[in-house]
Amino acid sequence: MGAEWIVPGFGALIVFWGMLRGVPVFEEFCLGAKEGLRAAVRLMPALCALVIGVRMLSASGAIDLLSGLLAPLCALLGFPSEAVPLFLLRPFSGSGSLALVQELFRRFSPDSQVGRLASILMGSSETTFYATTVYFGAVGKHKTRYALPAAILSDLAAAGFSLLALRIFFG
Amino acid sequence: MMNFLFAAMFFASFASAAALGRMRELSAAILEGGRNAVELLLTIAGSMAFFSGLMRICEKSGVARGLSRLLYPVLRWIFPQIDRKSEAFGAISMNIAANLLGIGNAATPFGLRAMQALDRGGTQASEEQIALVVLNTASMQILPATLLTIRAQSGSKAPDEILGAVLCASGLTLLFAILITKLFARLWRGR
Repeated sequence: MGAEWIVPGFGALIVFWGMLRGVPVFEEFCLGAKEGLRAAVRLMPALCALVIGVRMLSASGAIDLLSGLLAPLCALLGFPSEAVPLFLLRPFSGSGSLALVQELFRRFSPDSQVGRLASILMGSSETTFYATTVYFGAVGKHKTRYALPAAILSDLAAAGFSLLALRIFFG
Repeated sequence: MMNFLFAAMFFASFASAAALGRMRELSAAILEGGRNAVELLLTIAGSMAFFSGLMRICEKSGVARGLSRLLYPVLRWIFPQIDRKSEAFGAISMNIAANLLGIGNAATPFGLRAMQALDRGGTQASEEQIALVVLNTASMQILPATLLTIRAQSGSKAPDEILGAVLCASGLTLLFAILITKLFARLWRGR
């Protein structure tokens, strides 16, 4: 049984379970879809700006320059330098890293090792600084003590574990 | 932060295009980038609508609530000081459950409610608050729907082949985040 069973199976299971529990599945689905579309619309301006920004960085050679600069260090750590810009952008901007993942897919194909590593890194990390700002900001905490060191170390760990998972699952 | 990032994108692109003689490519990227952006948006919007629809069924049929109950032993371990009957514990459970299901717009309100319930005043964050925030800076989503959609749109032959690896990497990262937070809490307590 392959991974292609997961998404359809997940969908069927949820709808079936919803029916069993007497949820009007179509109506609720549409209400949820409306929320999803609204969220997408909210995302649009920032994503538009950042997709163009990332395309600019890519076409101007700035991304390759950065990767090249960090290549010796990456070779030492065994981390593909093409994925480094994604690692650097990920904690700061969700839309920006989404745009960068798409750009990496355009250049290397999603099924290449770089494309896979970008996918795993994207799927196993979050927009660290956004979350810390929103959560602590909501309760007015300026002294966040060891929160940032712990979160940043976890982002570093995510990069390491992504590489490990790539090696385990794809050689 | 975003202002700086956005300005840096323009500056770095312009400078490196000028230095590398790639101004023509840069100009083309700006003029064509918009189409690219709208294409990406349309793809994501469709998949966000679909998965939000499914997640709404999840919420209404009690899956999120059931999941939050299943999480009890794990949360007990992460937040030993919090009373299980308290409002904070309930909000944390729902925050984590919504994160696991990938319902971002439900996770944040629960997370903020938990932050408020845990608050004891002052400007210094408590250990429980920090643990909750660090958890929320790690990825918990079981099914990264947007990622799968972009992989499919970019012509992947097997968009979902990375699911196992993503789950493995995010699980390990989450465990690391919990342990490092516990360790730091102990180290800072001594001060």
